[in-house]
Amino acid sequence: MAAVLRVPTVLRPAMGNNAVLEVEGSTIGEVLARLTETYPTSRVQLLDADGSLHRFLNVYVNDDDVRYLGGLDTPVTDHDEITLLPAVAGGSQ
Amino acid sequence: MARVSSVLELIGRTPVLDVSALSPSPNVTLLAKLEGRNPAGSIKDRVALSLVEAAETEGRLVPGRPGQVLIEPSSGNTGIALAMICRLRGYHLKVVLPANVSPERRQLLVAWGAEIIESPGAEGSNGAVRRAQALAADHPDWVFLYQYANPANPRAHYTTTGPEILADVPEITHFVAGLGTSGTLMGVGRYLKEHRPGVQVWAVEPPSGEVVDGLRSLEDGYVPPVFTDGGGADLLDRKVIVRLRESVEWTRRLTEVGLFAGLSSGAIMAGAVKCARSVGDAPATIVTVICDDGWKYLSSGAWSDDVDDVVERTRTTIYF
Repeated sequence: MAAVLRVPTVLRPAMGNNAVLEVEGSTIGEVLARLTETYPTSRVQLLDADGSLHRFLNVYVNDDDVRYLGGLDTPVTDHDEITLLPAVAGGSQ
Repeated sequence: MARVSSVLELIGRTPVLDVSALSPSPNVTLLAKLEGRNPAGSIKDRVALSLVEAAETEGRLVPGRPGQVLIEPSSGNTGIALAMICRLRGYHLKVVLPANVSPERRQLLVAWGAEIIESPGAEGSNGAVRRAQALAADHPDWVFLYQYANPANPRAHYTTTGPEILADVPEITHFVAGLGTSGTLMGVGRYLKEHRPGVQVWAVEPPSGEVVDGLRSLEDGYVPPVFTDGGGADLLDRKVIVRLRESVEWTRRLTEVGLFAGLSSGAIMAGAVKCARSVGDAPATIVTVICDDGWKYLSSGAWSDDVDDVVERTRTTIYF
C-alpha cells in the first residue's frame, strides 16, 4: 500500500531532496523504518536513540498528530497523507 | 457593564456565543468564547496580567519604583497586552519582535509605549525567544517574564478562563484551542479534566508558514516548557494541524455568525469543525476560543483579497 509523505525543507537533504515521497508500510513505525533503510542518514532526524519519535518532530496522518493516536503503531492505509513537521514556537504569542 | 475604576478590571468574564450555524452536524453545538472583548483585544490580557501580578507578588517588580525594565519575546498579543499593563504600572517594556510581524502589531506596541527590539523574521517566534533569552542573560537587572515557561501563564487560564467556561457551559464535551505557548490548553484543559474528566481537549497547531521552511536543523526546534512541565502529552486527547487556506476560509466564514475575528481564530475554528466532524452524529458540545478580533489582521487582506494572495502573504508575514 502506498501513502504520500510530505517532507519539510529541513529534512529534505536527508531524504534525497524530495518534498513528496510515496511510502509503504501499514503503520507509522513501518513507514519510518523503511524510510531509514532507504535514507540511512535520516534516522537521527526521525527517531531518538531509544527508537521513539524525535522530540522535535511531529508526524501527522491526515492532519492528526500520531502522538495522540497510536504513536508509531498508528495505522497507515492507502492514500493516507503523512506530514512531517518540526516543532517550533507558535506564531502569534 | 458596571462602572469600573481600572481598565484591568475589564479583563476576563468574556461572553460565549453559540456559533452552531457553522457546525457540520445538527447534533453538535459549537460555542465560541469571545476573547477579543478583553481591553487590549485578546485572550493574552489574562496571561499578561497574571505574569505581571506574579512578578509583583514575588517582589521582582515593584509598582511605582522608577527604572524597572521588562523584556519579553512576543510576535503579537502577549506583547500588546503587556505593553498596556506596563503603561499603567509605569514599567518600561522591551518586546523582542520578529521583523516580519504585521504592521498593526508594531503600531499597537508603539501606542502603549513599548520599545521594539527586532529579531530575524525568518526565525519567527523561535528567533525572538532565543534573542530575548540572550538579552535577559546579559542584563540580569531586567525582568524576564518568559511566557513560554512561566507557570503564571497556564495559571491565568486555570483560575479564570476554565472556571468561566464550565460555569457558562456545564454540558461541555470538548474543548478546542490553539497551541502556541500552550498556556490556554494547559490551564483550561487541566481545570476541565479535574472537574469534568470526560471532556476531550483538542489542540490546533497553527500554520507555521516560512518559519518551518527556514529552520536550519531539527535541533533548532522548540517545545514550550509550559507544555512539558504541564504534562501536555498526557493532557491532550488530540492534536490537529490546519492549513493556511482553510484558516483564511474559516476566518471568512466566521462573519456568517457576525464574528470579525483574527486569522488565528479562523485556524482554531477550522480545528473545531474537524473535531465536530469526528464525533459524527453523536450529541456533543464543543467550546472553542476566538482569541482576538480582526482589526490587527486587516493588512492581510483576509476579507477582501483573493484567497491565494492572502495565503501567500500570510506565509511571509506573521499573522498567526
